[in-house]
Amino acid sequence: MVFQLFLTFLKIGAFTFGGGYAMIPLIEREVCTNKKWLESKDILEVVAIAETTPGPIAINAATFVGYKKAGFLGALAATLGVVLPSFLIISALSFILVRFREYKPVVYAFMGIRAAVLALILKALFTMYKAAKKDIFAYVIMGVALCLVAVLKIDAFFVILGCALAGLIYTVIATRKAGRV
Amino acid sequence: MILLELFLAFLKIGAFTFGGGYAMVPLIQSEAERNGWLSGGELVDFIAVSESTPGPLAVNMATFVGIKTAGIPGALCATFGVILPSFVIILLVAGCFEKYRQSLAVKGIMCGLKPAVVGLIAAAFISIGQTVLLSGAGFMDAVKTTEFWVCIAIFALTAVLAFKKVHPIILILLAAAIGIGAGYALGL
Repeated sequence: MVFQLFLTFLKIGAFTFGGGYAMIPLIEREVCTNKKWLESKDILEVVAIAETTPGPIAINAATFVGYKKAGFLGALAATLGVVLPSFLIISALSFILVRFREYKPVVYAFMGIRAAVLALILKALFTMYKAAKKDIFAYVIMGVALCLVAVLKIDAFFVILGCALAGLIYTVIATRKAGRV
Repeated sequence: MILLELFLAFLKIGAFTFGGGYAMVPLIQSEAERNGWLSGGELVDFIAVSESTPGPLAVNMATFVGIKTAGIPGALCATFGVILPSFVIILLVAGCFEKYRQSLAVKGIMCGLKPAVVGLIAAAFISIGQTVLLSGAGFMDAVKTTEFWVCIAIFALTAVLAFKKVHPIILILLAAAIGIGAGYALGL
């Protein structure tokens, strides 16, 4: 079972591009349809847990599925499996990239690629904006986080901590108020 | 000790990323700049390579930054660091997930974090935009260069295609091709 988990997640890791959400349909196909380890509705739980815990979604999902099926060793096997292809491919690629970095065509290609990455970040920004709740509190947090980092150059880690704390206080107060009425 | 620094930096990144992928970019940017591991341009290149190779974006970027900074041992330390928080936390909450998710603390923290990530990515977009389009020069100097307008054109084209849900790899390949074509044609 542990080895099966490793192989399955190795396959998932090797065939997902972009990671995170791109990986969820693949996990569903492998884990639910092919292996019948989980039911289809459990995938929603996997997504929910991956979103509400820190860390890469792919790692969260792999650890969770592995743990559910075979405890600690299962979690370890699934996580290793999902990481290994990335690790090997990037290691190999980085040596090639370093060697050819100064070649003219490569320099030109990366000029274009950098502009495309900017477009991809813009797309990710809109996707996340659409998924976020839209009330006054959320808009204030978005604006404050943006200004703190972009204008005041405050470390992103402190901004995340501060916003988490603000969210906590806001929710506790809102819940108290709702309880009183 | 560079290996320990890499491990700790990526441990921190892993522990503070919610939502994965691009949510991690502002954090990597902050750590890499503070430690002087990468230039802004290199970060953008790494995102591109991570997007066009299989596997989770986060792991790809950790491996990449690790190798660039301290070879294979560096890659191991960075990757281990980025996955460790996930791994431990999932093991802790997997047994009592419903209680965890419904708890007021988690709901409250998520209610602050989700919009914060939007703000942080917006900030990353601005600073990466400056790197890509202006490449360190002032705005008035940059607009006089052909390179600036080529980048703007590629950005506009790929942004439209990205919103039409064209796959990121196709966008990156297309942009590379246009970059090479324009580079030779205009003699940049």
